[in-house]
Amino acid sequence: MTEVARISHLTHRFGETVATDDISLNVPGGVMAGFIGPDGVGKSTLLSIISGTRKIQTTASIPSETETTLVEVLGGDMRDNAHRRQSQPRIAYMPQGLGKNLYPTLSVEENLNFFGNLFGQNAEERSQRILQLTKATGLDPFLSRPAGKLSGGMKQKLGLCCALIHDPDLLILDEPTTGVDPLSRQQFWQLISSIRKQRPQMSVLVATAYMEEAQQFDWLAAMDDGKVIATGSPQALLERTGCDTLESAFISLLPEEKRAEHHEVKVPPMTDCQGEPAIQASHLTRTFGDFTAVDDVSFEIQRGEIFGFLGSNGCGKTTTMKMLTGLLPFSSGEARLFGQLPEPNDLATRKRVGYMSQSFSLYAEISVRRNLELHARLYALDEQASTNRIDEVMDEFGLRHVAEQQPASLPLGIRQRLQLAVAVLHNPDILILDEPTSGVDPVARDQFWAHLIDLSRNKGVTIFISTHFMNEAERCDRVSLMHAGKVLAVGKPAELARQRGNDTLEEAFVDYLKEAAGIEDAKPDEYSSEQLDNPAQQSDSGIQKRGFNLRRWWAYAWREALEIQRDPVRLVFALLGPLLLMVTFGYGITFDVEDIRYAIIDHDQSRESRLLTEGLSGSRYFEQMATPASHEAAIEQMRTGQLTLLIEIPPQFGQHFIRGWEPELGITIDGAMPFKAETSSGYVRGLLLQELQQISAENSQPASLTYPVDVQNRFEYNQAFKSVYAIVPGVIMLMLALIPAMMTAVSIVREKETGSIANFYATPVSRLEFLLGKQAPYVAISFVSFITLLILAVTLFGVPVRGNILGLALGALLYVTATTGFGMVISTFTKTQVAAIFASVILSILPAVNFSGLLTPVSSLAGPGYLLGLMFPSSWFQQISIGSFTKGLHFNELWQNHLMLGVFVLLFTSFAWLGLKKQEV
Amino acid sequence: MNINNVSELGLKELFSLRSDPVLVLLIIYIFSVSVYAVAKGVNYDVDNAAIAVVDEDHSALSRNITAAFLPPQFKTPEAISAADIEQQLDNGKFLFIVSFPPNFEKDVLAGRQPQVQVLIDATAIAQAGNGANYIQEIIQREALSALSPGTQLDNMLPVKTRIRKLFNPNSSSVWFNSLMQVINSITILGVILTGAALIREREHGTVEHLLVMPVTPAEIMLAKIWANSLVILIASVLSLQLVVTWWLDVPVQGSILLYVIACILYLFSVTSLGIMLGIITNSMAQFALLLIPIVIMMYLLSGGTTPQESMPLFLQRVMMFSPSTHFVSLAQNILYRGAGFNSVWPELVILASIGAVFYSIALAKFRKAIVTMG
Repeated sequence: MTEVARISHLTHRFGETVATDDISLNVPGGVMAGFIGPDGVGKSTLLSIISGTRKIQTTASIPSETETTLVEVLGGDMRDNAHRRQSQPRIAYMPQGLGKNLYPTLSVEENLNFFGNLFGQNAEERSQRILQLTKATGLDPFLSRPAGKLSGGMKQKLGLCCALIHDPDLLILDEPTTGVDPLSRQQFWQLISSIRKQRPQMSVLVATAYMEEAQQFDWLAAMDDGKVIATGSPQALLERTGCDTLESAFISLLPEEKRAEHHEVKVPPMTDCQGEPAIQASHLTRTFGDFTAVDDVSFEIQRGEIFGFLGSNGCGKTTTMKMLTGLLPFSSGEARLFGQLPEPNDLATRKRVGYMSQSFSLYAEISVRRNLELHARLYALDEQASTNRIDEVMDEFGLRHVAEQQPASLPLGIRQRLQLAVAVLHNPDILILDEPTSGVDPVARDQFWAHLIDLSRNKGVTIFISTHFMNEAERCDRVSLMHAGKVLAVGKPAELARQRGNDTLEEAFVDYLKEAAGIEDAKPDEYSSEQLDNPAQQSDSGIQKRGFNLRRWWAYAWREALEIQRDPVRLVFALLGPLLLMVTFGYGITFDVEDIRYAIIDHDQSRESRLLTEGLSGSRYFEQMATPASHEAAIEQMRTGQLTLLIEIPPQFGQHFIRGWEPELGITIDGAMPFKAETSSGYVRGLLLQELQQISAENSQPASLTYPVDVQNRFEYNQAFKSVYAIVPGVIMLMLALIPAMMTAVSIVREKETGSIANFYATPVSRLEFLLGKQAPYVAISFVSFITLLILAVTLFGVPVRGNILGLALGALLYVTATTGFGMVISTFTKTQVAAIFASVILSILPAVNFSGLLTPVSSLAGPGYLLGLMFPSSWFQQISIGSFTKGLHFNELWQNHLMLGVFVLLFTSFAWLGLKKQEV
Repeated sequence: MNINNVSELGLKELFSLRSDPVLVLLIIYIFSVSVYAVAKGVNYDVDNAAIAVVDEDHSALSRNITAAFLPPQFKTPEAISAADIEQQLDNGKFLFIVSFPPNFEKDVLAGRQPQVQVLIDATAIAQAGNGANYIQEIIQREALSALSPGTQLDNMLPVKTRIRKLFNPNSSSVWFNSLMQVINSITILGVILTGAALIREREHGTVEHLLVMPVTPAEIMLAKIWANSLVILIASVLSLQLVVTWWLDVPVQGSILLYVIACILYLFSVTSLGIMLGIITNSMAQFALLLIPIVIMMYLLSGGTTPQESMPLFLQRVMMFSPSTHFVSLAQNILYRGAGFNSVWPELVILASIGAVFYSIALAKFRKAIVTMG
């Protein structure tokens, strides 16, 4: 037996936490190798390192290590980039979590096509493989169904298909069946074993929490606390420990002090409770549109009873639970807790209920202790009681050693324990638990059940629990089997099995499911690769080559485009938003100062002063307000912005004026907005002068003023001096800056947040292919947006393109490539979508609005603003936009700006490329 | 309504915020560097304008006029040749080009009113008009003093005008822009921080989980409002004191207390707006795309950039529904013009009412938007 992986002295740390502790291990090839052990012992870390998706920490960062770390997979060092690139097409990796590496809005077929493209398969090869894989998994009737609408079992099958599409030599599965119903689980393993019959050389590495599954594997590594505590075949492990089940064998392999924590779970019989049932549901129904999620479900749960809810994923368990908690209103029928309807505003009943949702729904960014404290306070436990209670649950659920850590950094199983601890924190009378033990290891599960039984039997707590573990279902007082919104059977577990004539509940359940789903007992189609016998048909040869691969680039570009297409609201916003803004700004941003609110206090009341007053009121720039009572009153009006300008005509103004004594007019201007003040003061002086000259002409006084020079102003480019000619080209610049950058940044960071970035780590796609693939659809959308803006500018605003339209279009293309590139740069240093949105708005709004030349010419900018302007593509495109529209310039006069935009494209792409890591840290 | 819940959940918000260093850095950036850069760099007045001179006269007068284009309005004029005029204007190097014809001085002295041509890049709409006036005034003044030394332009006018600019005597745009940028920062942060955080919690299912507990939607919303508002309020007051008053040396008059009250009401309405946007959109990408037009409109059309009165009446009415319009006006009245409570209270009431509308819409749709199908 050759080894598929040889590991020596592997240590991996996350901050203070040691995930794998000096592990040395040889994993045999060509077999099913299982990794078993509790949560957080380093199984996932180990598998991700073997798969090459996680970076191996260097010995330098761990100074205490003296011996060299070595991870050899498929006969080469995984630290060697060349080897990793060579072997990546031979490895398939399915990360933990239901459908985590799938794209929920893409159909089954589209998901598979995406992976096929990543491995360089042509259309013909892909369609053959997809046909064959989906036939074998029974997914073929659902090719066009979106992955997000598949049940958990089907998601995992699809995940497996995606992993197998390139015939890997090493298949790595991290808890593939966690959260999957027994029938799907059975089918899943059948599928794996038939594939292995076809391709015996393939090695399969699996981490699992199901010991009964592990029993079927060829080789096992039992892990604890970052160390491997035993290896060998299941048989050998059983013999070594002298146990009959793997579960007990594992427990006996644990160190002494941990073994002591484990106790056999015994369920004392339920004492009959009197009184009304704790939970009652009668004809409970819930529809979403034309889909019936829960269909006429009735049951009654007694106080202190443990009631189990079994069924495949998506069968309506969660919806039922949400209705019981009052989260969802019911469509018809009713449910009662302690005889009360679950009113959303009934806070008293809420305190009697503890709920745990299927996915982690606590705050991942604040510490475990803070999460517990927060919940204690929200349930209004008093300070002393809550301190004690938090201490209690931290011990009960083994959380003390992680109290100060953030749940984000904890393994799934420990997070589940935290959720449980929160659910029981306030000593509720009813516990509603939605798959609480998914992903939790056997020891912890048994501990947890010991708590549940204690709560039920000794404290009379009613427990409503859904689970996929049959040994847990058997511990329930009664179970209900659910499928497609309907209850198939309710009863005591043993009785249900007896009714169906099966030995175990699992068999009975699988029977029920098959009957309900109309599945014959026949096995699914055998997996066969006969169509692909001819190796010439396989395009593997092209994969290992270095350099840019168009097909992989296309895989990402096509997938991104599909996702956008599935969210038309987003597309509408992206295209309509800019048009709306162009309309508003085209009309709204104007530097023409009009309707200046002024008032005149006339202390003279002569003919001249009245003529002056009348003359002013005729101007379109001024709007006369009522005469204020006094100077002080006028100033008071200015304080609230009701008045901008005050003219005071002194007594005897008329007389002095006629005599040529140059009387003094007092003008007071609200200077708060400097631009407005300057313009107003210019206007008022000009206007006064004009009026006075007219008055003196009528009085046949000699014209007092002739200017020595005739100054001819020529307003270039924009003779009418209208704001739209400057603003409309500017809005195009502005819109093509912010929206493309933000869309691109969010789309990349989203992959980090949802976990689908794993596909980037695990497949042969290069950093540049990934980035440019993600970028391409956004460049296209932004360019379409440019065209619509251009049309609007020409038609609605009548702003013609006086220069070269091709030069403008080329500039726009370069510009949106640069701004989407800026989005890629942002995505390298932000981890959350919130931060990505924030960063793209904040970092681009200043250089695009303030320092681009939109409002202030770049030549007038000073200080840091000038630099910020030049360091961002907007100011360069503004030159192209306003040059082509208003100034009538052509490419040969603007090419330097195009060149600079090209430089930005290169720079931003390089930064993003350098900032993106091909492996997880 | 349980005040403890509101305060507990709000504290949680603060801890969440602290755990994202990128966010914290950006908040610091937007209240410091960005305020400083806009205050110092942006100017809608004629300030630091690039001007060139084509001097075909080479006389004492043309040199005097050229030397009279002085900072801060103008950069030092550059001499260019007549052949370069078009190109220099095209590439945006100069805003103004003044051409003195041959025999200019001689003609002035002979009283022949020679023509001087001023080419103006009218795409710089904010500066072109006022700049042309300044240039005209400078040329006439210098020509006049060459003609009859000692004469002032003002003395030739039939009246004297004594212009007094209140509240900002030097027409300093640093004054104006710095404060307006603080307000813009408050707007951006207020909407994004709360709205995006809510969407994130929706995506992660944490708000749904809260609704199972004895917590009401109003408590969840108020917690977000107070916690985010507090952070922004502190940051903005610090920015006002440290960046605006101390670093930029802008004398802020008026009552800081009244400003803080207005700011609190404003924060209530923008954070409510953020929550409302987070409720009516379904994903982070949608939220972000809806956000951009709204934020940019609030940024540019609230009266902090261009005068409100000049906008078309229809748009003025639309912008009356934006809290930013009222806050810009309030902040200007309080901090620049020294208005007191008695004159600004109606606008405070409007601000609070707009916030209340956003808040009510968000509250009414909260539960339905949060609970997902499952």
